[in-house]
Amino acid sequence: MSRYFIPLAGFLLLLVLLAVGLNLNPREVPSPFIGKPAPSFTLPSLYGEASISPANLKGEVWLLNVWASWCATCQQEHVMLEYLIKRADIKAIGLNYKDQAGDAKRWLERLGNPFQSVVMDTDGKAGIEWGVYGTPETFIIDAQGVVRHKHIGALTEPVVQRELLPLIQQLRKEATP
Amino acid sequence: MKHLLLMLALWLLPLTLRAEIDIHTFKTPQQEQLYTQLINELRCLVCQNQNLADSNAALALDLRQKTYEMVSRDASRNEIVDFMVSRYGEFVLYRPPMQQNTLLLWLGPGLFLLVGIGVAARIVLRNSKRDAT
Repeated sequence: MSRYFIPLAGFLLLLVLLAVGLNLNPREVPSPFIGKPAPSFTLPSLYGEASISPANLKGEVWLLNVWASWCATCQQEHVMLEYLIKRADIKAIGLNYKDQAGDAKRWLERLGNPFQSVVMDTDGKAGIEWGVYGTPETFIIDAQGVVRHKHIGALTEPVVQRELLPLIQQLRKEATP
Repeated sequence: MKHLLLMLALWLLPLTLRAEIDIHTFKTPQQEQLYTQLINELRCLVCQNQNLADSNAALALDLRQKTYEMVSRDASRNEIVDFMVSRYGEFVLYRPPMQQNTLLLWLGPGLFLLVGIGVAARIVLRNSKRDAT
């Protein structure tokens, strides 16, 4: 009996290990920015409004969405992003990542522009500062200018309803003691 | 003759496809060595099973460029590694530092070896006992 027990136990252990491994998402690399001050950038804006830098946004909870017109997943998440911004009534900055101004404008005209301001990171340098490695990425920054959340990949309804909306509400409560 | 020319033409074809390699010049051989070492040890986050040297993803290209810039202005190995880790997390390191949460990763192979030796020893001992009786 014990002859079979050890290999069987080993097999079951391996099975559990592989099952856990299969269910992890290797794309979700924990961001080292959570709890750290938002990296700064000074970038030209797409529509020529006053330039926006993270330091100017202190005092309110805001959202940074990294997107590009060449990014298919960005198009896919756009409806959810618009819903989130409207529903939470949050200041949203779009970081247009490695894109052309003309393409970006056409994209926003076609799909709607939910951003207060869009800044252009043509060479991807600001993207490196923010540790961006796959568009779309969505960051939530609190009133103290600290990055509190990063979502990689398309925003989905469960993510918006269960994670982001409650988080924004909680961060606003923190800001007004 | 015609065939020979065709073959020659086909041989030359791949050369035109290899134009994508980055060309960097270094001030010292040490810098070049550091650069080569780093891009081989840093992971590309887009195609996660490739390092920066192997990957053709746009991000890998940018990070190679960033590494090159930092190496050229005499940044130390630690500075560059810290720069990458502070932005992309320890996940970028193909050679993670030995610390509490990577202990199993480092010692695991040794542990497996010990278990293997133990099992083998038990089987050998048991068999030799059985042969003796």
